[in-house]
Amino acid sequence: MKLLRVLLVSTCLLVLGWGVSSANEIDRLVLQKLDADGLACAQRCSDAVFVRRVTLDMIGTLPRLGEVRTFLERENPRKRAQLIDKLFARDEFADYWAMKWCDILRVKAEFPSKLWPNAVQAYQRWLTDAIRENMPYDRFAHALLTTSGSNFRDPPVNFYRAVPERKPSAIATTVALTLMGQRADGWPAERLNGMGAFFARVGYKGTAEWKEEVVFFDLPRALKEGAPAGAVFPDGTVAALAADRDPREVFADWLIGPDNPYFARNIVNRIWTWLIGRGLIHEPDDIRPDNPASQPELLAWLEKELVAHNYDLRHIYRLILNSETYQRSCVPAEGAVGDPSGFSHYLVRRLEAEVLIDAINQVTGGTEEYKSEIPEPFTFIPRQHRAITLGDGSITSPFLDMFGRPPRDTGLESERNNEPTDTQRLHLLNSTHIQNKIQRGWALKALVKRAKWKPVPVINQLYLTILSRHPTEAERKAALAYADSGDLKRHEAFHDLAWALINSKEFLYRH
Amino acid sequence: MTMTRRDMLKSSLAGAAGLALYDPLLARAVAPVPRAKSVIQIWMWGGPTHLDTFDPKPDAGYDYCGPYDKPIGTNVDGIQIGQALPKLAQQADKYSILRGMTHGVNGHETASYLVQTGHKSGDGMVYPSVGGVVSYFKGYRAGYEGLIPPYIVLTKPQGRFSEAGFLGTRYKPFATGGNPSRDPFVVEGVVAAGISRKRQEHRRKLLNELDTLGRQMKGNAAFAASDRSQAQAYDLILGDAGKVFDLTEEPDDVRARYGRHEFGQSCLLARRLVERGVPYVTINYRGWDTHKQHFQSMQRQLPQLDSGLATLFADLSERGLLDSTIVWWGGEFGRTPKIQWDPPWNGGRGHFGKAFSSVVGGGGFAGGQMLGATDEKGENVVERKIYPRDLIGSIYELLGIDPAATLPHPQGLNVKAMPEASDGQDAGRLYEIMKGARA
Repeated sequence: MKLLRVLLVSTCLLVLGWGVSSANEIDRLVLQKLDADGLACAQRCSDAVFVRRVTLDMIGTLPRLGEVRTFLERENPRKRAQLIDKLFARDEFADYWAMKWCDILRVKAEFPSKLWPNAVQAYQRWLTDAIRENMPYDRFAHALLTTSGSNFRDPPVNFYRAVPERKPSAIATTVALTLMGQRADGWPAERLNGMGAFFARVGYKGTAEWKEEVVFFDLPRALKEGAPAGAVFPDGTVAALAADRDPREVFADWLIGPDNPYFARNIVNRIWTWLIGRGLIHEPDDIRPDNPASQPELLAWLEKELVAHNYDLRHIYRLILNSETYQRSCVPAEGAVGDPSGFSHYLVRRLEAEVLIDAINQVTGGTEEYKSEIPEPFTFIPRQHRAITLGDGSITSPFLDMFGRPPRDTGLESERNNEPTDTQRLHLLNSTHIQNKIQRGWALKALVKRAKWKPVPVINQLYLTILSRHPTEAERKAALAYADSGDLKRHEAFHDLAWALINSKEFLYRH
Repeated sequence: MTMTRRDMLKSSLAGAAGLALYDPLLARAVAPVPRAKSVIQIWMWGGPTHLDTFDPKPDAGYDYCGPYDKPIGTNVDGIQIGQALPKLAQQADKYSILRGMTHGVNGHETASYLVQTGHKSGDGMVYPSVGGVVSYFKGYRAGYEGLIPPYIVLTKPQGRFSEAGFLGTRYKPFATGGNPSRDPFVVEGVVAAGISRKRQEHRRKLLNELDTLGRQMKGNAAFAASDRSQAQAYDLILGDAGKVFDLTEEPDDVRARYGRHEFGQSCLLARRLVERGVPYVTINYRGWDTHKQHFQSMQRQLPQLDSGLATLFADLSERGLLDSTIVWWGGEFGRTPKIQWDPPWNGGRGHFGKAFSSVVGGGGFAGGQMLGATDEKGENVVERKIYPRDLIGSIYELLGIDPAATLPHPQGLNVKAMPEASDGQDAGRLYEIMKGARA
């Protein structure tokens, strides 16, 4: 048994040796744990799997045919790291991660967050810009917590408008969930109230403009009533508040301090969850003493890296994405099949609703109707818009709802539901919505037209477009046999081929 | 309100002689025994006029009645309804009219949410609709095994609020799409247009053949779940269960009786669905937000409502299904009794949440009753107010769902199916018109 273990580990290390991207600390710690548990790690994923995976994971978008071909043909040993760097610069990177933040921040025009459409737009744009410009995360959090001003003109103030209730303890609960990864509903009352005191001087007032609202530090009230009593930081330290200083700033300064035990931990664990599929602490927004990290040393190391790199989130993305741990195949090595969190292999997950419909539209050339019937007057979104760019959670889309788009009611990560349901399966297999895209989408139409004369290149291209890889010999044969069975017209057979690939797990899941 | 609940019950008990009634206060102590199995909810999207349907006010004058000032008698003595509903008049013994509905909210979103969840919006919670709650308590979790999903919407979702609320995606309704008055009725995912059965079977084979990753990952739990869903989906696509949507199986005269329009055929389909045990069917009936040229709209729509709904009551009753099926008709509010004759309305009615009507029948609700009353102009409830929670709590009781039962909340909060009102909007369940639920 011991011998076997040594063998297993040495295989993993061997792979590491080959891996040209730096064998980083993540891999060392993960392998140490796998070794201790006697688990084997999966092989390094192929280039074809990598280009699809990293593009979906980083920009929520399927790689296009040309991108796949270029990547597969390149022989540069550093091409994976280079692709990662290139993807940071894509517009979709900012769009996709803004979408994630909009989930967490409950960005929605109406109900229960009543941000109103103009404010949603301003807020989403601010988030997108912050991500595009790679705003340091400590500044980002500080802006969310301390900005005063109009919901239309000073977008981060919407943080205080998207809370379930405008009372200090409810605001504190939201801050704890969003920026500390903690569920304060389970806290003792004095801890929650102690933190709530920092938000006891948040004022709200309307203006002459329709639905404009100003969020501000209520100085007159503070001067009259004095500083809120009983302000205690969540770590138990008593805070000294002055009446004329915004207590939100005192809290924010404490939170983003380099030694804060919650701040960095929350975000690096979230990023790990987003990219790897399962948190070092699981669920990522349920951090508490009796829910420890599966690999505390690794988590602590990531926290230190973030602080040392001035809260540059992309540094953490890079570390993870360039690791062999991230780049393993999803097919587990023998003996590691039942390992959900040991990171011995890549975890398959169904594409999120928005990413899925965008991918289907990309491969078929279809478009989608998005509109919002709340509030009146209705909002209509141009048909070419991609789902990952929709800022407003109130926008109606039966598809997105069916596939588990989060309602943005609570800000919990678990609101997004990627579990397959029978209705989803029915819809993908047999709805006119999807069938129309396959039959009428311009991209697929153009491709299928050529199948009459050149079936084999078209089969290849369908595979590259839909599954980001070349077909195997057996697949090519099966596809040709289907086309030549004589029961269907050529174009119908090729519609069915596209349909089968779109309905395959390889398309529907990150893998 | 100085009357206690008990007083009110007593007075209404006296008024509802002949029904097998029980002591409701006693019954509330134990979990209710189910009497109804299914609900057909006819959601009057936009808010239907109460004056021109179930609460006519012929003496209020032209500015209130417009052309509809001659209400008609029904097959129940003492009950009159709008003159454009003659077929429903002949079925009045099968339903009760709730004329005391009130909540005071005049916005579509907030009122829709309130009427279908029983809760006012704005406390940071998003409650599930009645359909979501019923599919939680009566769906797959509770042993429902049909291939047809337990909560069906004909044909489009409402879009105004999330029907499943905090219960999540799993309890969302299945919206059929398509139009049941067309042949074939294309049901999203179940009945595809232009794909023959043979082709369905062939491409299913192709899909399995090309499932390369699936084969490599045999034993993966997520993939296994997806395979099970796929097998279920094909059972529905290729098996017999999906035939419930095939209205050509019905004799022509039955289809004609319901009316050859989307609403009529939706009612017929709803009957077919409950016949097969589906616990909750919503018909989203659009077109009742009649701000402008209200009466022109009514002339078009009331006859359709009349034939569809009247035939539904009659047909359910003839088939012995009415006893186990609650039919609930109503929208988010009523419409302003006073007609807006001026441009731009040109004879319109606005939103009116202060007083409106709903109709319930079957599944333990008595027929031939009226509950609550409005003043001579239909503007205020003057007798037996009914809040949405009263009606919804009653529906739950008849279905055997304990209103005090807990719903699963994602943050573990203790949320009851129909909690007590915190805002005073609670006038008691509709025991006056509920038949012996413990029988």
